[in-house]
Amino acid sequence: MRTRTSSTPAIVGSPARRDRVRRVLRHPVLVHSAGGVFVLWAVATLTFFAVRLIPGDPAQAVLGGPGSQASPEALAAVRAEYGFDQPLFVQYLRELGRLATGDLGRSYALNMDVAPLLLAQLGGTLTLALLSLAVAWLLALALATWSTQGGRAARAFGSGLEITAAALPHFWLATALIIVFSTGLGLLPPISVPGPVGLILPVLTLAVPLAGFLGQIMRESFEAALESPFVLSARARGEGELGIRFVHVLRHAALPAVNLSGWAFGSLISGAVVVETIFARPGLGRTLLNAVTVRDVPVVIGVVLIVALAYIVMTLATDLAGAALDPRGKRA
Amino acid sequence: MSELEVQATLSRGERERRRGRGRVTPFELLAVVVALFLLVAGLMPGLLAPGDPLGIDPNAAFGPPSAAHWFGTDESGRDIWTRVVHGAGTSLLIGFAATAIGLGLGLVLGTVAGMLGPVVDFSVNRLLEVLFAFPGLLLALLFILIFGPGVWTATVAVGLSAAPGYARIIRGQLIAVRRSAFVEAATVLGRTPRQLLVRHILPNTLAPLFVLGTLGVGQAIVWASALSYLGLGAQPPAAEWGAMLSAGRTYLTTAWWMSFFPGLVIVLTAVAATVLGRAIERRARYA
Repeated sequence: MRTRTSSTPAIVGSPARRDRVRRVLRHPVLVHSAGGVFVLWAVATLTFFAVRLIPGDPAQAVLGGPGSQASPEALAAVRAEYGFDQPLFVQYLRELGRLATGDLGRSYALNMDVAPLLLAQLGGTLTLALLSLAVAWLLALALATWSTQGGRAARAFGSGLEITAAALPHFWLATALIIVFSTGLGLLPPISVPGPVGLILPVLTLAVPLAGFLGQIMRESFEAALESPFVLSARARGEGELGIRFVHVLRHAALPAVNLSGWAFGSLISGAVVVETIFARPGLGRTLLNAVTVRDVPVVIGVVLIVALAYIVMTLATDLAGAALDPRGKRA
Repeated sequence: MSELEVQATLSRGERERRRGRGRVTPFELLAVVVALFLLVAGLMPGLLAPGDPLGIDPNAAFGPPSAAHWFGTDESGRDIWTRVVHGAGTSLLIGFAATAIGLGLGLVLGTVAGMLGPVVDFSVNRLLEVLFAFPGLLLALLFILIFGPGVWTATVAVGLSAAPGYARIIRGQLIAVRRSAFVEAATVLGRTPRQLLVRHILPNTLAPLFVLGTLGVGQAIVWASALSYLGLGAQPPAAEWGAMLSAGRTYLTTAWWMSFFPGLVIVLTAVAATVLGRAIERRARYA
């Protein structure tokens, strides 16, 4: 969704300068960034108040839950340290102030700061997600190119393959891949070892279902573009079928899939929770799952904020890429 | 965008490509068979598998698929076929309940946004934008963090994560219907806003929800079983597909059937829901 500011603040200066300032203020990157900051603030606020709904004393949670039988003195000390004795509104403002400086607080369970903990995990998850996105794109593109060249049977087969792939749950696909390639053929490690070999199965697990979604969208727009006049004229000029697909059709066909990549990235991050757990791969997803299981509130909030930030950046990137691919939407 | 919106877009393309009723494809026939099987298994599991899904038999532990145990047995000798059949009820119940929650919330948000003027529309849209920043399972995980794991929290969590997607589709549909000629005509004829909403707008907005609901149930079942797989939904030894798959994880090298068959049913259910949703969409008469 594109947010647009309808009113521009009053700007002083010459008309030419005013025009320039206005153009800068309406620049898509700026408008999107402002929207992104709003979403981040709202996500932080929502999570802050949502976790207050957790029944029980938060100081108790810091000290290891109700079973830990912490002394009243220890509880009071934790309350003072974390500011739980302050009014809710003060706690909220303090939290926002901390978050604004990049301080994500301290983990209850791991006794370390959340920001460096998550920063160390971020790289692995981003590598996994971006690599999967790329592989999914390649798979979808290959399938769309191939199935639109064949006859009706190829199309039906391609469509069936895509629907099935899109419906495969990550946890089942990962299990099936491990059964076939690790325990069956002994080719690949069942858990993720460092290095590229350990990435193959996790990336395939995330990429195949996504390729199913992207492939359906791509084939649809491929077919629409193949019937357009510019393809007819390219054929009349005697260009080959494969050349037509890559030179003329791809740009049109890729557009809807590019627009979907923001969503795709989000679903990959959520899929990473499952995949990292199954393949015992360090990353944000596994950290999140562990934190939810032991109710480590600051870690969960930290992951949620980082994912929201990554999602916002990715949406901005796909919007800009879409605008670059399709100059028709550009305003004069 | 949400997964549901992607699905809805895809099935709409299906309708545009192949207008008219058309004949039943083999794929669709298969989907109907799977759906019927699930319904029978969900309503009368004893008919398909008379055994006890929780009954243990240590002598038969880790048995591979055979004539006596079609899908093999698990670590306590429980029959996997029986458990898969009895798990259908749980999964269907979760799927339908989560979809009802998501659809209900989405309907309220979408109707409010589409009917109550630009200020409300703007606010609801910003709220949806914020909710979309919790992609996929993230909103569900946050909900489970607050209310603790379990079948019912997982169900509500899945419904909650699906709600923003429903809301946005319903809002779009509502606005499209409001602008259509027959609503304009009814307005000119002097219908009150209430009559307009109840008699003309809502019925035409709700028709596409059958497609959405069908697609949504399949997706909800997959998500709920993912949560169970992660240990946040149904707990073993409950006969729930995701929990069964998770229990089989430890014995992957020695007893692959423990994971394979529950997973196969999940995949079949998800594919059947997608195919059925599209089949309905293709035959639908609404605009």
